[in-house]
Amino acid sequence: MSRLSSRWIPAAFQLGAFFLALGFTTVILLLAGAPPLEAYKQIILGSFGSTVKLADVLVAFVPLLLTTAGVLITFSAGLWNIGVEGQVTLGAIFTTWILRLLLDTALPPWLIIVFGILAGMMGGALWAMLAGALKTFGGVNEIFGGLGLNFVATALTLWLIFGPWKRPGVGSMSGTEPFPEHLWLPQLPGLRLSPFALLLALVAIVLVYVLLQRTYAGLRFKAVGNNLKAAFLLGLPTWRYMLLAFGLCGALAGMAGAIQVEAVYHRLIPSISSGYGFLGLLVAMLIRYRALWAAPVALFFAALNIGGIQLPIVLKLDSTLSGVLQGSLVLFVLLVEGARHRFMEKRARAARAEQSA
Amino acid sequence: MEVKLDKVSKSFGPVRANDGITLEIPSGTIQGILGENGAGKSTLMKILSGFFRADGGGIFLDGAEVSLDSPGDAIAHGVGMLHQDPLDFPTMSSADNFLIGSSGGLRLDRRRAEAALREKAEEIGFALPGDVPLETLTVGERQQLELLRLLWLGARVLILDEPTTGISAPQKVRLFQTLKLLAERGHTIVFVSHKLEDVEEICHRAAVLRHGRLVGQAEPPYDFDGLVELMFGRAVSPGPAQIIPHGHTTLRLDRVGIETARLRIDDFDLEVKAGETIGFAGMEGSGQGLVLRACAGLIRTVAGQIVLENTRMTGRPYRAFRERRVAYLPASRLEDGLVPNMSLTEHFLLSHHERGVFVDWQKGRRDAQLHIDDFNIKGTPAMTVESLSGGNQQRALLALMRTPLSLLLLEQPTRGLDVESTIYIWSKLKDRCMEDTAIIFLSSDLDEILQYSDRIIVFYNGRFSPPLPAADTSVEQLGNLIGGRGV
Amino acid sequence: MTGDAIIAGLAGVLAAAAPVLFAVIGETITERAGVINLSLNGTILLSAMGSFVVASTTGSLLLGFLAGALIGAGVAAIVAFSSITLRQSQVAVGFVLALLCRDLAYFLGNPFMGEAGPRLTATRIPLLSEIPVVGPLLFRQNLMTYLSFILIAAAWLWIYKSRPGLTLRSVGERPRAAFARGANVNRLRFLYTVLGGALVGLAGPAFSLAVKAGWKGTISGLDGIGWIALAITIFGAWNPLRAAFGCYFFALLQWLGVVLQPSLPNVPSQVLQVAPFPLMILALLLVNIGNAEWVERMLAALPERTRHFVARVLRSMRVLPPAGLGVPFERE
Repeated sequence: MSRLSSRWIPAAFQLGAFFLALGFTTVILLLAGAPPLEAYKQIILGSFGSTVKLADVLVAFVPLLLTTAGVLITFSAGLWNIGVEGQVTLGAIFTTWILRLLLDTALPPWLIIVFGILAGMMGGALWAMLAGALKTFGGVNEIFGGLGLNFVATALTLWLIFGPWKRPGVGSMSGTEPFPEHLWLPQLPGLRLSPFALLLALVAIVLVYVLLQRTYAGLRFKAVGNNLKAAFLLGLPTWRYMLLAFGLCGALAGMAGAIQVEAVYHRLIPSISSGYGFLGLLVAMLIRYRALWAAPVALFFAALNIGGIQLPIVLKLDSTLSGVLQGSLVLFVLLVEGARHRFMEKRARAARAEQSA
Repeated sequence: MEVKLDKVSKSFGPVRANDGITLEIPSGTIQGILGENGAGKSTLMKILSGFFRADGGGIFLDGAEVSLDSPGDAIAHGVGMLHQDPLDFPTMSSADNFLIGSSGGLRLDRRRAEAALREKAEEIGFALPGDVPLETLTVGERQQLELLRLLWLGARVLILDEPTTGISAPQKVRLFQTLKLLAERGHTIVFVSHKLEDVEEICHRAAVLRHGRLVGQAEPPYDFDGLVELMFGRAVSPGPAQIIPHGHTTLRLDRVGIETARLRIDDFDLEVKAGETIGFAGMEGSGQGLVLRACAGLIRTVAGQIVLENTRMTGRPYRAFRERRVAYLPASRLEDGLVPNMSLTEHFLLSHHERGVFVDWQKGRRDAQLHIDDFNIKGTPAMTVESLSGGNQQRALLALMRTPLSLLLLEQPTRGLDVESTIYIWSKLKDRCMEDTAIIFLSSDLDEILQYSDRIIVFYNGRFSPPLPAADTSVEQLGNLIGGRGV
Repeated sequence: MTGDAIIAGLAGVLAAAAPVLFAVIGETITERAGVINLSLNGTILLSAMGSFVVASTTGSLLLGFLAGALIGAGVAAIVAFSSITLRQSQVAVGFVLALLCRDLAYFLGNPFMGEAGPRLTATRIPLLSEIPVVGPLLFRQNLMTYLSFILIAAAWLWIYKSRPGLTLRSVGERPRAAFARGANVNRLRFLYTVLGGALVGLAGPAFSLAVKAGWKGTISGLDGIGWIALAITIFGAWNPLRAAFGCYFFALLQWLGVVLQPSLPNVPSQVLQVAPFPLMILALLLVNIGNAEWVERMLAALPERTRHFVARVLRSMRVLPPAGLGVPFERE
């Protein structure tokens, strides 16, 4: 098989998966009695139709890119960091805490904002390393540890919002008392987007790419993720690297949480993580863990999310159609990839049988 | 039941595990199958018992050709196999183990199964305790249980793979009595072993496999030398053994004790000098693996001291040993020693990295190429290690070791390798000895033990011989010790 | 609280636990065969929505329940197919399906939100329901709750007392050895995954057609039940009785959270609701701790008698998951 065609075959299969996903979503739309083309048009308009909407897409893009960058590290170390949602939440909690603490001090606002972000990173990192410690020292599978900690994080948020941090009067689902404007991450005029947040996210993915592809740490993560026993025998301090992977991912997730508080909602709300953790996992799975594709695909998914908001307004459809498209994309990519491997395996086996006969 | 194998062949990739094997075994015969590691005995038996499907050739039972597509198929045709490591369920009870795989109604009648088990046991002459957790039984008892189960299911052909491994002497006597009894009753028994005395004692005839082919058959009285030559062939001469001077004491083990759930080793003493090579012999699971791992700090001793180059290392972790220039090469190269999806370059980068944050890929590739040339590895820096052949993987593992080394510990260094690779690897290892590295290795290849060790320690069931000078030890002596006679 | 109120409350606990029981026992069976079906959260939401829609459009409760079971079986079939035939990661596929099915449920169920539909009402069992205390507690439940009781017993009998159950255990414990005994490992894994999935699928209608009738989208409070069911499955150590205990304990905690709220204004309700998870983590810790390497090293340093004692204690606590859980089986 020529080298040229062997590069294009996987791409062809992935394109096939895309069309399958599109087809599946179309069927779902038809089942719901909705016009598919119109729905897709609305999604596109809803995300790219105006400057405001484009800015909104970028606002969603930032936390998604951060969580994706984070889980790329944990995936590289062979870990299923399902707890990333909780890590975003803890980041938001720590940020809110620091902001409340420093609210009435004489520190310059920009310093408080920076502390807020650092606090968020620390909160996410701690929560992640808790899941990591449970795994490395307690043998608790990180999937269930992470899940459990996700729920605990949500409960913690609710308790804070309705308890110690409740708004004067009575606590409500709308969250804590909003922070004064000087503690907001500066936004572009008229838009909800903060260019600093965007910068942070882009820098993060570049750093993660460099980390994974060009440093020894990245090489070590890869070894740990691929064969823990061999990595240990080769002299790597495996548990340290696992914890490090958790910590780095948690820091990035926490940063996402910090940005949600400082740049988007300006307070702590019940579901502050908004599903960006899980969505980040999906993006990472879709790009088959190649950091190069993180930004474009995360942007695409963010666009789907924002575009989907139009659907209830214009077509009386639920905005979860975006989720359907996103989920089916990943599912079909997985299925198609599996089919391709089996197909190639069968060919290889047939070729070997011919040889030995 | 008469068994006939007609030109049976099986390949795994480029390796021909079985090459046109034709063998006829009449009813009531105890047929021995001899051969060294990798000769193809296991593969042939797995084909006969339905585990594998042959690529070519056929199997005939009582004259009729059968197609054994699965172990269930084989049992249905009356062919049952007793695996070397019993394929049973340690976490379940003996009654459940007896029952699994049997057919019958929906309801599970454990009491009836226990009664059937007891009946069969009496019939054959085994004494097994009642329904107990399987973990509490010895290997010999588990084997007995499995044998009874196969008979209960109506097996007429019984394949036993290294059955005398890990059982006690009285259990072996009982087993042989049983086999003779079953043969008299018309069962056909296939007895796979590498132990000549066992084959001599019980087999009506012996077939020898080497490199996947049937190279000879024999009947009693057995000519041992002739059999050994058939089994091992004329060995390619590795050349005269190098004389390597021994230096200071590198490693000292003082009254070391090791304890696991299955085995206990007490008062193990050893002093190894720089440049010396110590060979650990014994059947798998006799304790040599545990001692080897203790020498690397991979497991912790419960008693005694480990002193490395005058430093107390008892209780310290593997990392500390590694820092002091101890290296450990595991037997399962791809599962335990190498990272399958990573390239040779990446392995060398990982292993030889001293300082620096960023990877210099170009330098890494050049470095890898140097090692590839030095160790004659058939591969390029960009190739993943899983695409390398076994011999090249072992060379890669060796090349990854740092220089110089104080102590090199190897598990089965040449398992599955052809003669040429074996000689090459050992020449590299002996080069290390010239640089004052001490080597301890374990191997199930007696020739390797004799050829390359300065001194040999034989393990049996947690007990061990004193260090024997290799020059003064013979294969028979080793074989006896390994079989438990005299340790 | 009056005695009657307590009994009524406990009866409610039994009813509320029924859906979770279906899911947990279904997943227990699946995992016993060696397959993890991580999609529970999505499956339950999708089957809850789907069965509600079918039931309200056809007017037949039976069809609704059937639809739920079919949906559960279908999703599980995808998990089984991708992992057994296509050899993709069970965790990956299960996780994606958890999210995808949830979104599908919300999207397709949108038009039906808030609609009224048929509801499974309680069936009093004559005579038995009049027994004091026990009667109102056990025998005035709805059909699904009765079925859940039977399910616990049936699952236990199947796994521990039947021949196919023995095969199931053998497949989960040691697939190689089960294969050597004639079991078609992959086919059995497929079947049990789909069967378990069907049971999980029944959990959905057990909510939307019985416990909390109707489909209310994101407000239904169903979201998260699937993850909780996964946690309880692990906590239940793949034993139907212990799993049932976990389900009832969880439902009890939920009920207590509501009941005790007024009397403990300072303790937030979230604490009790979240309690299952730290408990699960604790259980997982206790069960796995003996395997940790640092524990083994520490053991070796202990004096002999202490060491043997501690080792015995650790071994008795140890619960091993079915070996090969999540690992594809290949015969060669």
